[in-house]
Amino acid sequence: MSGCEPALQNVNSGVMARTLLAIYPQSPRRFDEMLTSDGEVRPHWRKFFEHLDQVDPEEMRRRLEFVDRRIQENGVTYNVYADPSGADRPWALDPLPLIIPPEEWAKVSAAVAQRAKVLNAMLADLYGEQKLLADGLLPPSLVFGQHGFLWPCHGIKPIGGTWLHNYAVDLARSPDGKWWVIADRTQAPSGAGYALENRLVVSQVFPDMFRDLNVQHLADFFHDQQDGLAALAPVEGDEQPHIVLLTPGPYNETYFEHAYLSRYLGFPLVEGQDLTVRGDTLYLKTLHGLERVHVILRRQDDDYCDPLELRGASALGIPGLLNVIRAGRVTVANALGSGMLSSGAIMGFLPAICRKLFGEELLMPAVGTWWCGEKPALEYVKKNFDDLVIKPSYPTQRMDPVFGFELKGAARVDLLQRIEARPHAYVAQEMVNLSQGPTWSRSHERRLLARPVGLRAYAVATSSGYSVMPGGLARVATGAGTRIISMQRGGASKDAWVLTDGPVSAFTMLKPSLGVRDLVREGANLSSRVVENLFWLGRYSERFDDSARLLRVTLGRLVEAGGGRTPVVATILELGKQLGVLPKPEEDTPVVAGSDHILLEAIYDPKQPGSLASNIRSLLWSATHVRERLSLDHWHSLNRLQREQQAALKAHPTLTEAIAFLDRVLGVSSSLTGFAMDNMTRDDGWRFLIIGRNLERLSFLAKTISQFVRMPKTNAPGNLEWLLELSDSIITYRSRYSRLPELLPVLDLLVFDDSNPHGVVFQASMLSRYLERMARDLDDYSGSNLPDVLSRLRAFDLASLEDIPLGEYVNCPSCLELADLLIELDRSAVKISEWLGMRYFTHVGDVSRQTMAL
Amino acid sequence: MMEKEPVRYHVVHQTTYDYGGNVSLSQQQLHLSPRILAWQRIVEQNIEVTPTPTWRRDGDDAFGNPVTWIAFHVPHDSLRISSVMSVEVIPHLPENLETSMPWEELRDRLAYTAVPPEPEDLDATRFLFESAHVRIKHELADYAADCFPPETPVLVGAEALMAKIFKEFKFDPEATTVSTPVMEVLEKKRGVCQDFAHLMIACLRALGLSARYVSGYLLTRPPPGKPRLIGADASHAWVSVYAPGFGDNWVDFDPTNNLLPNTEHITIAVGRDFGDISPLRGIILGGGGAEPEVEVTVTPLDEEELPEGLEERLSTLPEEAEKP
Repeated sequence: MSGCEPALQNVNSGVMARTLLAIYPQSPRRFDEMLTSDGEVRPHWRKFFEHLDQVDPEEMRRRLEFVDRRIQENGVTYNVYADPSGADRPWALDPLPLIIPPEEWAKVSAAVAQRAKVLNAMLADLYGEQKLLADGLLPPSLVFGQHGFLWPCHGIKPIGGTWLHNYAVDLARSPDGKWWVIADRTQAPSGAGYALENRLVVSQVFPDMFRDLNVQHLADFFHDQQDGLAALAPVEGDEQPHIVLLTPGPYNETYFEHAYLSRYLGFPLVEGQDLTVRGDTLYLKTLHGLERVHVILRRQDDDYCDPLELRGASALGIPGLLNVIRAGRVTVANALGSGMLSSGAIMGFLPAICRKLFGEELLMPAVGTWWCGEKPALEYVKKNFDDLVIKPSYPTQRMDPVFGFELKGAARVDLLQRIEARPHAYVAQEMVNLSQGPTWSRSHERRLLARPVGLRAYAVATSSGYSVMPGGLARVATGAGTRIISMQRGGASKDAWVLTDGPVSAFTMLKPSLGVRDLVREGANLSSRVVENLFWLGRYSERFDDSARLLRVTLGRLVEAGGGRTPVVATILELGKQLGVLPKPEEDTPVVAGSDHILLEAIYDPKQPGSLASNIRSLLWSATHVRERLSLDHWHSLNRLQREQQAALKAHPTLTEAIAFLDRVLGVSSSLTGFAMDNMTRDDGWRFLIIGRNLERLSFLAKTISQFVRMPKTNAPGNLEWLLELSDSIITYRSRYSRLPELLPVLDLLVFDDSNPHGVVFQASMLSRYLERMARDLDDYSGSNLPDVLSRLRAFDLASLEDIPLGEYVNCPSCLELADLLIELDRSAVKISEWLGMRYFTHVGDVSRQTMAL
Repeated sequence: MMEKEPVRYHVVHQTTYDYGGNVSLSQQQLHLSPRILAWQRIVEQNIEVTPTPTWRRDGDDAFGNPVTWIAFHVPHDSLRISSVMSVEVIPHLPENLETSMPWEELRDRLAYTAVPPEPEDLDATRFLFESAHVRIKHELADYAADCFPPETPVLVGAEALMAKIFKEFKFDPEATTVSTPVMEVLEKKRGVCQDFAHLMIACLRALGLSARYVSGYLLTRPPPGKPRLIGADASHAWVSVYAPGFGDNWVDFDPTNNLLPNTEHITIAVGRDFGDISPLRGIILGGGGAEPEVEVTVTPLDEEELPEGLEERLSTLPEEAEKP
């Protein structure tokens, strides 16, 4: 923007501004974030508005596409990633930020910090002396009546007296522009990671604005979180604080965020079974043994954390954790038992509690809340039912908020009866007319839409009080009249830009400056579960590649034969069956394109064991468990694979389409191989991934070739060709021998040639080398007979395979001798896999059980 | 009032797990040591564990019950825990139940009013609400309604409720498990002592009264002329009802036997329900089956000798303990 032609520009922008606002209604019932009641753009929005006004529509479209692409490719999801039912919803982000001026934020921030302080003091009291109850400041039913109040935690004093390390609060603005508290989040607040991801995307959509408006950065906040947790680590001697992020696993709706924050904060992502209690100490099970853990940043609900004393049937927890906490040997953030303060019923008692504990008034009011457990409140609720939202009192109750006026007839009578029967379990809240803010319309050309917005703000405990994130997760409703904003119900999110008059902190967590002594070479703290999942990621990557190849070869021959069952097709089908890639075929089913023929099922049906689809699913599943260790590009490829498969599930593919699908899938497969070989650091974890691939390929090749040799009726021309194609060696063969394939050169290439990565000897000797390396690095010997079998294979007399007629292999003793050697090789591969499992893995399937005696 | 001569007991509570395979890691929480009460003195008490645990901690739980945690870090294929105690129980049968407070008055006293509650009332509210094994439904209040007509003294109502449950429910160890919900017990009209205790507690709480779950042992009498058998007894459960001014403000009722516990009930622990004070609760990794064998032997010391064989078994217990 230069000031050369101010007059003209003003005219222009005036016209265009009217287009921007053409379908942006103002309402006296709502506060507008961007416009004053006179329709003027508020000062702190002015620059941004003008910018929007000037962006070329085409450019804006490109930016929106950028947002969508980033979200899709980064796999930012709200719910489950590799959900067995295939559900996967991308995170919804509106590119326009919610802008908040400095002086206003100063007030919000002080109020949030104060609230966190009060709630922390309440937890200290309720899990200790319980003076608040003795003084009548809080009804016992809101404490003792909640399943969220964890009695086994009573009497525990966490390190530093901090119960509430992470706090989030949902805020909304009333028509007069005042901020109100809608809900407190004290369990394991989610969203800070999404806020960060939103920031990374939106600051790239509006880079100039982000710089020019002096938007406060988020990195300091996360640094405070790191420091705050490290300060509470009960380290001994020269121990470094070892902080882990505990996730309930990929089924959790915010798992993306757990993996994301784990990478960003540098805290290993662990599941309950990665941790183990020995005596008074908590350990992480790693490849190199047990390593002490000092701090758990938990994203798992508190009652699931220790099956010994809390919810017993849960396999997610860490048995004995409470005793480690009692001994003061670990910090759990938030402290176990903190979730109970998320109860909406408690909000109404907070002002008096704040006065009593700190002699202060609460800086920000909460929306009017009536806890039905008090008689006068119950009467009020019954009388004003239409103006209220009814919610459960306790966070553990399963009930969606209900709008009184929406409830008619029997449903209304029913709810009123339920309230009457257990009044303490219900709370009513005043309905809030949320403020509205602009969102960018995707269905119109340069139009803003007015949508209700709310803000989730975050605070973390530090040694000098609570630090509040300058910004937060802004959320917008999808419809103009929507009353509840919920990501579960299809709401969208926004970045929140808090402006500052001062300098913007340049601190960044992305490229911290490290000294030589901070350098880390090997992946320390590699958990056994991560190793196990990397191993399986390797195996499944190779397994799905192998089966895709076999299926492609089969389909190709079938289509060439016009769908007929030629001898070659029969041989391949037989092999596929023996290898478990194809189910037992019904002999005389005619092969019809588009029918649900076994081949299509073997490709697309995830329920069929051994099918390509089920291998892809297992691959994604193990990848999801090690998500934080895969590069973004690696992840993009996996995403593409999942999209391909989901798309294919919906269509009814023909055989030709199926071949095209296999081509695409194999393309993804080779890029996955590329990432594994070229982009991953060569640490122990990587070695397990490669050993997994190795074992799988060795097994596949050994089994394929020995089966092939033993099969009768393989004399049809073309059988050796597909065998070469299956092993991706046809090009090499043709470049070496310009004639039709014959058994001896084919076996030389597929078994003995130690320069062919699709050859048996190549894979076996590589595996042998990795085992040697493990013996050296981890001081551990597999005792495998692989080197012995390998040397016998190498010593095999190739001359004995000369002049064997086509298809006569079953009658050739040296062929059978070779087949036996290959089977032996396969068996030692299986043994190695078992040994690795016994020695290094957590045994994801082997879960703790509860026992009980009277 | 007769003079209050204590009755002395010797109790052995032995639990054996034969895991049928190696358990590589195990942690156990024990609620096996008796609680001290105004009418109960602990003369001697000891818990012996085989194999020797790798780790052990003793303490009190949030409800003031003694609790022991043990852990095993080395493979073992069986576990034997013997809790041995001698206790004295002083007669404490409450009298004049009809002088207790009308139940509505007590209910209103326990309800929140924004004024500081009496300390004992606040203490009692810990046992006033739902807990994991005691869900509160209005059907439960309906079931108890005819035992609590208006103005009924709370302990009279509780006694009537106990009698009603005793009359209408059948003792049937096959009908339920520890996780059978109260509502199902109410429907089936069958169960064991834990079920009847939970049901009675749920009914009382549904009316707005405080009631707690008591675990312990009950003296059983062998048939006339027959010797007492080792391990023939079992752990028992009953109910304690809040009644300010009576005893230690709590009065026990045993709905399984329709009687007010006196000197034949030995108390181990009190809690909101079974879940707070289950005698032995653990998490194990590995092993096959995990069905415990439980033997309880309660012997009155003043009346007779120890059952034949018990003495020898006890003396051999600790020495037998093997190092893993």
